[in-house]
Order: sequence, then C-alpha cells, then structure tokens
Amino acid sequence: MNIVVCIKQVPGTTQVKINPETNTLIREGVESIINPFDENAIEAALQLRDKHGGKVTVITMGPPQAVNTLKDAIALGADETVLISDRAFAGSDTWATSYTLASTIRKLGAFDLVICGKQAIDGDTAQVGPGVSEFLNIPQVTFAVGVEINNGVMKVNRLLEETNEIVEVKLPALITVVKQMNTPRMPSFKGKIKAKSAVIPIWGAKDINAEDGKIGQKGSPTSVVKIFTPPPKGGGEILNGSVDEMVDVLVKKLRDRKVC
Amino acid sequence: MGIKVINDKCIGCKLCIPACPLGAIKVENRKAIIDMDKCNLCGACPSSCKFNAIEITKEDVHVVDKSQYKNIWVFAEQYEGAVHPVVIELLGEGRKLAKDLGVELCALLLGDAVIEKETKELIECGADKVYLAVAPELKHYTTLPYSTVISDMIRQHKPEIVLFGATTTGRDLASRIAARINAGLTADCTGLAIDKETKLLMQTRPAFGGNIMATIICKNHRPQMSTVRPKVFKRATPDHSRKGQVIKSTPMIAQSDLLVNIVDVIKDTTSKVNLAEAEIIVSGGRGLQAPENFKLVEELAGVIGGAVGASRATVDAGWISSHHQVGQTGKTVCPKLYIAVGISGAIQHLAGMGSSDIIVAINKDPDAPIFKVATYGIVGDLFEVVPKLTRKLKEVRG
Amino acid sequence: MDYGFTEEQKMVQELARKIAVEKALPLRAELDETGRFPWEVVKALAEANLTGIAIEEKYGGIGGGTLEYCIATEELSIICGGIALAYAATGLGTMPIIMFGSEEQKQKYLPDIAAGKKLAAFGLTEANAGSDAGGMQTTAKKDGDYYILNGTKQWITNGGEASTYSVIAITDRKKGARGASAFILEKDMPGFTFGKKENKMGIRASATSELVFQDCKVHKSQMLGKEGMGFIVAMKTLDRTRPGIAAQAVGIAQGALNEALKYSRQREQFGAKISTFQAVQHMLADMATQTEAARCLVYAAARSIDSGSEETSKMSAMCKLFASDTAMKVTTDAVQIFGGYGYMKEYPVEKMMRDAKITQIYEGTNQIQRNVISLELIKELAAKK
Repeated sequence: MNIVVCIKQVPGTTQVKINPETNTLIREGVESIINPFDENAIEAALQLRDKHGGKVTVITMGPPQAVNTLKDAIALGADETVLISDRAFAGSDTWATSYTLASTIRKLGAFDLVICGKQAIDGDTAQVGPGVSEFLNIPQVTFAVGVEINNGVMKVNRLLEETNEIVEVKLPALITVVKQMNTPRMPSFKGKIKAKSAVIPIWGAKDINAEDGKIGQKGSPTSVVKIFTPPPKGGGEILNGSVDEMVDVLVKKLRDRKVC
Repeated sequence: MGIKVINDKCIGCKLCIPACPLGAIKVENRKAIIDMDKCNLCGACPSSCKFNAIEITKEDVHVVDKSQYKNIWVFAEQYEGAVHPVVIELLGEGRKLAKDLGVELCALLLGDAVIEKETKELIECGADKVYLAVAPELKHYTTLPYSTVISDMIRQHKPEIVLFGATTTGRDLASRIAARINAGLTADCTGLAIDKETKLLMQTRPAFGGNIMATIICKNHRPQMSTVRPKVFKRATPDHSRKGQVIKSTPMIAQSDLLVNIVDVIKDTTSKVNLAEAEIIVSGGRGLQAPENFKLVEELAGVIGGAVGASRATVDAGWISSHHQVGQTGKTVCPKLYIAVGISGAIQHLAGMGSSDIIVAINKDPDAPIFKVATYGIVGDLFEVVPKLTRKLKEVRG
Repeated sequence: MDYGFTEEQKMVQELARKIAVEKALPLRAELDETGRFPWEVVKALAEANLTGIAIEEKYGGIGGGTLEYCIATEELSIICGGIALAYAATGLGTMPIIMFGSEEQKQKYLPDIAAGKKLAAFGLTEANAGSDAGGMQTTAKKDGDYYILNGTKQWITNGGEASTYSVIAITDRKKGARGASAFILEKDMPGFTFGKKENKMGIRASATSELVFQDCKVHKSQMLGKEGMGFIVAMKTLDRTRPGIAAQAVGIAQGALNEALKYSRQREQFGAKISTFQAVQHMLADMATQTEAARCLVYAAARSIDSGSEETSKMSAMCKLFASDTAMKVTTDAVQIFGGYGYMKEYPVEKMMRDAKITQIYEGTNQIQRNVISLELIKELAAKK
C-alpha cells in the first residue's frame, strides 16, 4: 500500500500566550511540534503499512525549519518524506494550501490512501483534508476513528456528534483522523538515528508543477485583516466561608437568577 | 508580489509592530523594517498603519464579476428529515446581514421527498426563498452528491454569501465546495458583519485554540463562505405568518459521485441529554481522580436536569465517551449554566464553553485558570462540595 | 549542566524523558495505589528501542552500555521509581546472559528482550539468604543431562511478569565459593511456579514475588557459564548493574527536589513564599548539591564500566551507597518542605519517600556496600606494597 500523510508543524498552542503590551504572540520559547492530530495520522498510516505492507510517505508544506517535523516523522517510522517549501507559498490560505499539497501528491505518483489529521491546532479550520480530496478528485471520509482495508475497499468508522457512522469506499481515497483513532507510538532510537542522517528533499513551486495563480497569497481567496486578543472574560466572584456556607450562597444566587 | 514599507510615509510610530502576529516588524532609525524570513504576507499590518506606509502588492489574478453575485444563502443541514437547530441560528444572523446588504435571505435544503415539509419552518424563520433539491440519494448526507448539487446551484444562482453550520457535516462539505468553485471559506466564525464601505463580509474567528482572534475577508472570490458553530448566534424567532418561495429541483446524481456507502449508524446510548442543546451542563475533569467518580457529576446533573460534559483529559483517559467532550476538539456548548467540577480550565476547554451564560467552577487549586472565567468560584475539595451542592439543590427544588 | 553526553546518549535521555512524562506520569498514582504492572510504559519503552538499550545490535538491541542504561533509568525514576524499576530489573535479569551467555543462549533470549516482547528477572535472594547470599538453600542437583531445581527465591522483582529468569542455585555445597551455578529459566517451565506477590511500602508499580521450584528439571544447556560459577555470575552482575539502581535513586531524589522547589515557590506563609525563607533555601541547596554529587558519581562509575575497566567493584558500591542515602535524605526533606501537604497521598512526595527506602536495601544493603568498599580499599593498598 502506498500511503501519503500530510502533516503540519505548529507552535505548541497550549503554551502560546499573547504579550499584553505588544498584542503579539510570544513565540520565543514556544516549541514547534507536530500537529497532534497529524501524529494520529502518521500512526494510522504506520499501522496500515505494518499490516498490509507498502510505503508511508510523509509530506509537509512549510518554512525551511519544518524539516524538523519530517525528521520526527522518520523517527516514528516514515519511509520517505518531502518538504514543500518556497517563498511563493507564503500567505497561503487553506485553498492554496490544499492545492499545493494535492499537486505534490500528484507528483509523488500513484497512491492508495491519503491521511490527514482532522485539523491543525493553530488554524483550527479542518479545511485542508477535504480541499486536498477535491483537488485530487478522490472521495473523502472525515472524522475517522477506525479504519479497515480489505481488497482495496476501506471501511471507516466516523465519529460524529451523536453517532458513529460506518461507511465503505473503494481506494484511492482520503481520510482525516481524530485523536480517538489510536495512540501514537513513541519515536524509536533507531528511527532517530536514521532521521539524523536523513537527506530530505525540498520541492518548490516548479517541482510540483504548480500554477502560479493558485499558490501563495495570489491563490488565496481569503486574507487576514486584523488580529487581536479576545477580551478577557472577567467579573466573577470567588465565594468565601465554609463549604456549607459557600454551597448555600451559590444555590441562592443560582435560584435568584432562575437557572436551576 | 510582496510587501514593502514606503519609507517616505513611515514615521516610525510603531503601530504596526503589535499588529503582526509573527513579530516580523521592528522599527530602526524611525523606519519600520519587515523581516522577510518571518513575514508570511498574511496582510494584517497594512490596515494598522495610519499613514498607509505599508503596501502589500498583490497581483489580482482571479477575476470574478462580483456584481453578478447577490443574496445570502444558508445551507439548511438536515438529519433524518429534520432541519438541524444551527440552521435556525444562521437564519437569524443571516437576516441581519441581508438587511445590511439589502438583499434576500435564502435557504438551501437537500434531501429526499420527506424533507419538503421542512421548507415551512425555514420560511417562518426568515428565508425569503428556499432552494429545495430533492433526490433519493440525498436522503442521508454524503460528501460528493451534496458537493456537486450545491456547487452547481451556486454556479447557477450566484449567491454572494453562503453560511454553513460548523457541524461534522458542514465541515466535511463546505471545504470541498470551496475548493471546487474557488471560493473563500472561513471556519468557526464567531462574528459576522458587513463592512459599511467595502460591503465585504467581515468574518471573525478564533485561532491558536482561542488565544487569538482574527478577522478575515474574501476580497475577490465569490461566494464568501463561512461555517459557524452551533450556539454561537441566537435563533431566529419564527413568524408563522411569513410567506416565501420554494424553488424545487430534482437533480440527477451521477454514478461517479456515489462512491461512499453508509453501511451502519450507531447511536450513542449513554448520553441521556443532548449535550449540544442542553441548557444546563455539569462537566467533570481530571480532579475527579477516577472514572467511577463521574457519578458525582451525574447525580448533580440529574437533580437539576442537566447534561453531563467532560474535559479532554477524562475522555483521553477513557473515563467517559468522547461524545461528552467539551472543548476545542470536542463540542462547543452555550448553556445557561455550566458547572465545571475538577476542571482546571485550559484554554482548549474554555474554547468550548467560554460563552456560557453562567459558569460555576469547583476546584481545589485557587490558581486554576477556570476561576478567571467563572461567574462563581468555589475553591475547595469537590468530593465535599459536590455532594453538598447536590443535596442542597435537591432540598430547595423539593 | 553539561554531562558530556554523546548525541546518542542525548537521544536516549530525550526518549526516556518523553516516555516518563507522557506515559508514566499519568499512571503513577494509580499504579502506586493498585500495584498494577506498568505494561503500557513497557510497550512505549519497547517502541522507543529502550528495552534493548544494553544489548548488542546483532541481537536487536541498540548496543549501548551502562551509562545509557543509567540515563534511561534515571529519567524514568524522576517520574516514578516503581515504574522505572520494572524497566531496570529487566536489565538486571539480562546481564548474566550478556556477560556469561553462550552464543546460542544469547540468540535464544536476547532478541525478545531487546524488542520488549519479554521481560527478565534476577533470582538470587532467599528468605534466609539476603546479604548472606552464600547461605542460599535452593539446590540444583545434577541428573544426567539435567539439573533438578528445588527451593524458593524471595522478593524477586518482575517475578511473575518476566518470561526469562537468571537464577542462582547450589550445585555442590561442599565446594563453598564454587558451590553454586547460574541457570536461565523460562516462565511456564514445569516445576517452576510463583508464590505470593508482595504488598510493599514503596515501588509498588513493580511486581515483587516468590519464585518456587519443585523438582524443576532444567537441561544443562540452560546453565550460564560453567558449573560452580554461580557466585561469580552473581557478583559480577551486581557490580555492573549497581549503577543502574544508583541511577534510580538519583532520579527519585531529583523528582522529589523538583516537586519541593516548585512547591516552595507557590506556598505562602507569613505573607511570603516559603522559598524566600533561608531555612528552606538551605535545605534545597543541600538537596540539590547531594543529588548532583550522586549523579556525577553514578556517571563516573558507569563510564568506568563502559571503558572496559576490570576494577569496578569499588565505584559501583560507592555510587549505589551514596545515591541511595541521598535519595532517602532528599525525599524526606522534600516531604518536610511540603509540610502537612507532604504527608498527604494527594501530593507526590510521600510516595517518593516510600520509594526511596528500598534503594538503601536491595542490590546489596548499604552495609554490604561499605564492606565491599573497605575491602577494596585494603586490597588496593595491599597491591601497592
């Protein structure tokens, strides 16, 4: 099986804070990590490869330092990696990103399955998976929590709001995976040694035959006009006294406000 | 194409520095300098400069005649023959936008023959027109049939704005359509407004797990598309006397679109009350220490008729099913009352419940971030507080 | 502080730390309470190749040495000494095979251990033979091509969970110091069962059980080295693995220090953080200094072993003695810094204090270590004359 995984290097958003004076993200000291959902995507790919044989290629679109995230993927067990990086990609929104990734996957050659994480924890859009499917003209199955493949037919368990939906689709196809799909394996020492000496190819716009008007800022329908910190939600009160006293006060307040 | 500082106009006032989310601007010798290694041409700084000294030169390759695009559409998601509640919220907000632009508000409803009865509610809640597409293959949502039908209808009728609920269906669907028709899509919008001058849809949404808010526009592509999470906007009030037009079509679904078959649907029988719709939610976090202690949460919820929610940590630990998860990667809820038991209040959790009317936090750690957003906070041992609270509420409610 | 680690040693440290924080930390309180074995952590260690840390590459390991083993054990111990022991004790059980095993024995047993598929254990101690190992009662009577084992080993770490056991038994009591032999036993061999699992004061995530041999018939090909080498196998094994246990003690001390430091910065009394009180500052300074000294001694002993030195007994004993005494003192002080909270199970330091105690007792009591050290000192002096 030929599996392609799309991953993204993101700042560890649990640590991202805004500097109150400058209203900017404090990026110093915030480490870059593989987008957590993409770890599940890589794990899903590796498990399928271990079971069915084949190859796992991990790709990422990003600035030059995103190569570290591909090294992490090699340490986890990825067979091959490609970094898609070019000044021309700067300013890409999800449309242009999807187009760029799809162009790359086409360049890689025949594939059976593309796996993406549900969403990236910096953008939180969950738009790239479906976008890539559209550009590759293959069916998509999102929110996958379980995958089985038999004779070229994939059965996917989708985790929806109130239900689990089981669907079947013939490969090639794309899936986006949620956290509950699997527990990502640890990187291995042998993998880290391999990653250390790995030479990772870097592809630019020309290498993937990308149309100029569809990449980067030029190719992006949306643009950001403003960023700001959300207003702090304040004005609460911490109750005092013994537990009994606090409970009494709380119940009275809630009853007065007619909430319960 | 690129970005540059027009030195003649720049006076080094430094207003642009905080506008850049990547810290790519510094001021030296009273002139702004942009670090091209950090800048990703996101476009946030030019509007911050009062002297128009920052210029992003963008070659407008994409040309679409925007004047041809009119009206606001709301995708009327349906499940098992009933319109999803988020649609009524979108109609409420859509009506405001339609008023600002002086255009019509339309609903887009796909399904099999059974769905036709839902057009009445859509009109009563504000739709001037309902575009109804009926085909047996559209009974249950699958990506390709819906994407094709909707893309074709958009191409035909050219709405300027299309709104979707940010449900699993909406998120699966909207991006596929946007890719196909080269439209701009913004996800999880918490604010929508029409800019008075440009008439563009200003879409505000959280990023970085809610640490930051961004306002997005789709300048040259049409339609401008947004997904909106349930419970973000207020429901439209139905006006039973309202009249509207139903435009029905019966599209042929191509075999090449019927690639994904739904084989089974398993309902989650553990949740007694629908979390997303609940007016009262009691949520449990790591502070519960063990899965069996969720019964404290369940008892309290039971007494006040609330649903049970959970933090990501407890779901990850396998203490409760993920259908109960509230947060950035779980459900967004907006109840009247949200009681957080033993939850620290990480930003990812707040992203899912921060807009609740009243938040009560019970946690033994006085520094827990949840207390910053709580309306009422009790610093104490939940194993003592929660049973007492349950008892007291049972008492006063009779 | 820079300990002069190679790139590979840094990788080992990163991997062990990642596993400790992501896999062991969420479990440690539960495992301390229930005594359940940390299989999830073993699985993660196997994925990371750390279960093969001191096994040669040709058997599937990563060809590291004592220092790598100490680094991994220390990182795990910072989070939980009990979980770390489940890992470290396999190293102890494997060492006799690494040092004395024949090529066939290595091919048979090492690959599964390296892959983390099987755990190992070391069976020396008995009810009446602790410090006095020579007083052991377990016998291995020769019977043609076989040896029949009878007896009970006590307090064996990983007992019941491990698949591979290096066991020392008396083959000919008349031969005194040459009277014991070492055998490799497998779980489920007929005549080999497990006795009760102990309910311990600390390191409760690790399994400690009796090994019971009743006419357990073992082929001579399972013998490690030659007949009569049993005590040599045991002593040399312990020399090599003492730094690992010392590393466990260093980790426990470091974990306690980290918690105490963090707490002192949060806790306010008399209108100030207690970290501003000189009494507390001095305690923290002593705790940190002793832990650092213990660490350096452990690394020095490990490096000495890895460099191929034959004279490792003294350093091994010293680092184990010093690190374990340090762990006991540092964890006790940590509880003191936490005050009343330190005594409560909700806070992690009381467990660390309970975990530390055993490091002064097993792998040779600290009294025995002092014997070893003094004897070595005298030997060295005698050699100079």
